[in-house]
Amino acid sequence: MHELLISEPFLLFLVMGSYLLGVFIYTKSHIALLHPIIISIAVIIGVLKWAGIDYDTFFHGSYIINFMLGPSVVALGYVLYEQIGYLKGKVLSITSSIIVGSFVGIVSVILICKLMNVDHSVIASLEPKSVTTPIAMSLSARSGGIPSLTAVTVVLCGILGGIIGPFILRKLHVRSKVAQGLALGAAAHGLGTARAIELGAVEGAISGLAIGLMGIMTSLLIPLVEKWIA
Amino acid sequence: MIKGAALIMLFYFLGECISHFIGGIVPGSVCGMILLFLSLVAKIVKPADVQSVSNTLTKNMALFFVPAGVGLMASYELVARYWIALLVVSVVTTAVIIAVVGIMQDKLEKKI
Repeated sequence: MHELLISEPFLLFLVMGSYLLGVFIYTKSHIALLHPIIISIAVIIGVLKWAGIDYDTFFHGSYIINFMLGPSVVALGYVLYEQIGYLKGKVLSITSSIIVGSFVGIVSVILICKLMNVDHSVIASLEPKSVTTPIAMSLSARSGGIPSLTAVTVVLCGILGGIIGPFILRKLHVRSKVAQGLALGAAAHGLGTARAIELGAVEGAISGLAIGLMGIMTSLLIPLVEKWIA
Repeated sequence: MIKGAALIMLFYFLGECISHFIGGIVPGSVCGMILLFLSLVAKIVKPADVQSVSNTLTKNMALFFVPAGVGLMASYELVARYWIALLVVSVVTTAVIIAVVGIMQDKLEKKI
């Protein structure tokens, strides 16, 4: 039985099936906290614990789904091209917003950590938390952090940003579609983009652009900010 | 469909090559995204060729994050040890970045 439960067909069905269940509950309930990704993660963790399957086995069996993240980021290039009209005359404002956002992000992480008196290794792990996972993990390692702690925080911030992002933007009366997409991508990388695409194609495309810009800015800014504060 | 998928994979690979040569500062997928965008602008790639694959991929991005999200389970010990710092930092800074970038872009667009 265990052999069947760790087989690829079962694990792939588990991921897609629990995701569909999540989409069903999310569309019926309209509660932001019940986002399909949260429901499917909870269901999968429950099933894996019950069946005694460890994470490495699961990740190996369902690897193709994780791999699809790469091509889907590349595909954002097309979505961005479709929305090229929205970029005209906004290159300067977008670049400035991302530089400030990245800087504020890094500084706020360091300040909160210093106030809470956590180790340097934890600070270094959290600094790149708004950047997409592969960049964040290498930046964390470069600053003396714990890459797996970084990975967890990146996903956590992504989920959080996707949930609270649209709410914050509404409360602050941010109406520009470009600004909404940019904010979601800058704070919550791919998960912010997944949420931005639900808002609209413009938001989604700009959000994808924000992932790239935020990754570049943050990798350049972390060493500078570290020198300045520490 | 296959043509589109092959093109996406080609750009992903080219992106990985660039990422490799610049020492991984920018991941391959993001380099691939920029390359695909530039190739479409330069009319090297026809938009119709990648349209359906791109829409399918980007509309289902949240699904592709699920396996990584389940990784929270494997990092249980780390999370248990640092959970307060993780939670405070994640909530506060995520909200701050969204607010700062959102407001700044919204205001700048009206001025510039």
